[in-house]
Parts: sequence; C-alpha cells; structure tokens
Amino acid sequence: MGAQIRVYRQKIASTTSTRKIFKAMELIATSRIGKARSRVASALPYANAITRAVSAVSSQSEIDHPLTTEHGQVRRAAVLVMTSDRGLAGSYSASALKQAEGLFETLRAEGKEIQAFLLGRKAQVYFDFRGRDYEKVWTGSTDAPEFGTAREVGEALLASFLKDYEDGGVDEIHIVYTKFRSMVVQEPSVMRLLPLEVVEEEVTQEGDLLPLYEYEPEPEQVLDALLPRYIESRIFAAMLQAAASELAARQRAMKSAGDNATELIKKYTRLRNTARQAEITQELSEIVAGADALSAS
Amino acid sequence: MAAQGELEVEVVAADHFVWSGAARKVNARTTNGQIGILPGHSPILAILEAGEISVEPVSGERVVVGVDGGFFSVDSNRVVIVADNARVGGSVTPDSE
Repeated sequence: MGAQIRVYRQKIASTTSTRKIFKAMELIATSRIGKARSRVASALPYANAITRAVSAVSSQSEIDHPLTTEHGQVRRAAVLVMTSDRGLAGSYSASALKQAEGLFETLRAEGKEIQAFLLGRKAQVYFDFRGRDYEKVWTGSTDAPEFGTAREVGEALLASFLKDYEDGGVDEIHIVYTKFRSMVVQEPSVMRLLPLEVVEEEVTQEGDLLPLYEYEPEPEQVLDALLPRYIESRIFAAMLQAAASELAARQRAMKSAGDNATELIKKYTRLRNTARQAEITQELSEIVAGADALSAS
Repeated sequence: MAAQGELEVEVVAADHFVWSGAARKVNARTTNGQIGILPGHSPILAILEAGEISVEPVSGERVVVGVDGGFFSVDSNRVVIVADNARVGGSVTPDSE
C-alpha cells in the first residue's frame, strides 16, 4: 500500500516542478510581449513614410518598374513561411504551417511550382522531416527579429524574383505569417509581396492629397531605391507581427499548461490522501482484528 | 502643423523613431549633392547618401543625425527623413563599407 502513496508523491513533485517551468515561461513571454508590441508600433512611422513615398512615385509617374509589373505567365511562386524557432507556443507554428499548406495547394492547383523560403526552426524541421526542398532558411531570432534579417530575407527574395524562370527565378512572392490582432486573437494570414500592388488609397481629406514631388535624381532611380526598402519594411513588419503573435501564443499555451498542472496536482493530492487514509484504515482494522484474534484464543 | 516659416521635421529609422521637431533649416546630402531645405521649399523626394544630416531647430542647438542611406521627402514644410539606420549626434557606420 505504501507504494501507491509513493507513486502519487513522485507525481506531485514532478508536476510541481514542471509547473514552475511553465510559470516562468509564461512570465517571460508576458514581459516580452509588451516589447514586441511596442516594436511593431515603432516600425510604423517608417513603414508609413515609405508606403506614402512609394505610392507617390508610382502614381504620379508612369514607370514600368520590374517590381510592380505582373509577369505575364506565373510559373513559379516563392513562399516565405514564418514560424517560431522554439516550440511550447501552442498551435502557433502548426497553424502557420497549415496556412502555408493551404497556399501551396492553391498555387499548385493553378499550375505553379513552389519555392519555399523558411523563417524559424519549426518550419525547417517540418520541411526536413517530410523531405521537402526549400530554397533558404533563416533561424535564430524569430521572437526578437532584427532589421538585418529582414534585409537579408528581402535581398534573397528580390534576387530570386529578378532572375528568369529558366535560371530558377520566381514570378511572384507570398508571405505566410501570423497577424497579431490582439492578445487573444492571432491570425495566420497570407500576403502577396511581389509583384507589388501599391494600393492607391482614396483621398478623403485635403491633407491626404499627395503633392507633386520633384524627384532627385530621376523618378526611376528614386523608385529603384525605394522599392527594395519598401519590401524590406513589409517583411520586417510581418516579422514583428509574427514575433508578437508567437509570444502571445506562448504565453497562452504556458498559462493553460500551468493551469492544467495545478489541476493535476490537486487531483493527485486527493488521490494521495485517499490512499493514505485507506492505508491507515487498513492498518487499524488489522490491529483490531489481531487483538480480537488474541483475545478470542 | 508648424507655424509659418518653420519646418516640421521628422526623422525615422527602420525600427524606431529618431527625432522630431520644428526647424529653420535642414541640410542633407543627396546622390546629386548637398541640398538645403528652407521653409517654403517645393515638394521634393530625394535619395539620401550615407552621411550626416544637420537640422537647425527653432530653438536649441544644431542637431546632427548620422544616416546610412535612405530618402527624404518635403511637402508643405513637412520634412520626413527616412533612413535605414539613423543616430542623433553621431555617424552610423554603414554595414557595407
């Protein structure tokens, strides 16, 4: 009987120590979310300024830039998939990968080849395990992305886009990332990065009207310099969103794991108490029975 | 909006906000050479060279911002300087050089 109590004690001890880990991870995620969200916010001025400039140039001067023109026939598409490096974030990476699979399916149905670019170790593991090819992978900083990484990714994607199909180039680029809507809602979503669709927003206020800029040097060069930056800023924004989502997902996952652990500890404590009580009762009845047997003889 | 005869300057880097305020003059180096922006400048969109931008605020000392390339736009006395990396008071060593 003592064995049963011992087993429960062991279970309680191990669950308590894992709960400590969950709690710690939850706290870490919580403290990082604030920072991640403020980084999303502080990248906004740059993104806004660059979007404004790009739409000013492309709407005011009729330039056929390779980045904004649709390739007549799309035969190969690049997909950048953003997942986390580490697990313990609930279904964060799984849902991003599921979204990516959905996109792959649609693209294949349209007769396009797929070239995958991965961000995050989880995506790499997923592809490796299934023996699928990918073009390039970046790992190591998914929960605190740096602009340098965004630039590398941007350059790689751009290089691939500017290559001809015959040389292994792609005709369009999509990004799969997780949008951070709120602390509780994160949405895996797909965004087409290239060819660019510069959204010409409707002008509602006088102040929103884009002025007729002079360009220095020429509009073409200005656009040449702006577009790669615009792409990098889009990628960076997506990475920041993904990072905030990852942390939020991890916080939620760790919270529920911690709650479950508490639940388990409660259950095991009950069972341990019952077992102990049963043991005491049994010992008592054994003693009583023994005494009875003695006095009867 | 800034008062008449003043520039409203905003400096942003890729991942953070750098500086903003009212200024009398902005000096920058574009791919075509030095350019000085005074209030009332016509709208312009120009590519920046790596180097320093100096801003003369309405009050206070001259502000020098080191940038490593980017662009800036001017329209109706609003100057937006957008750099990949920018730092107030110093020069940014460009990664590529």
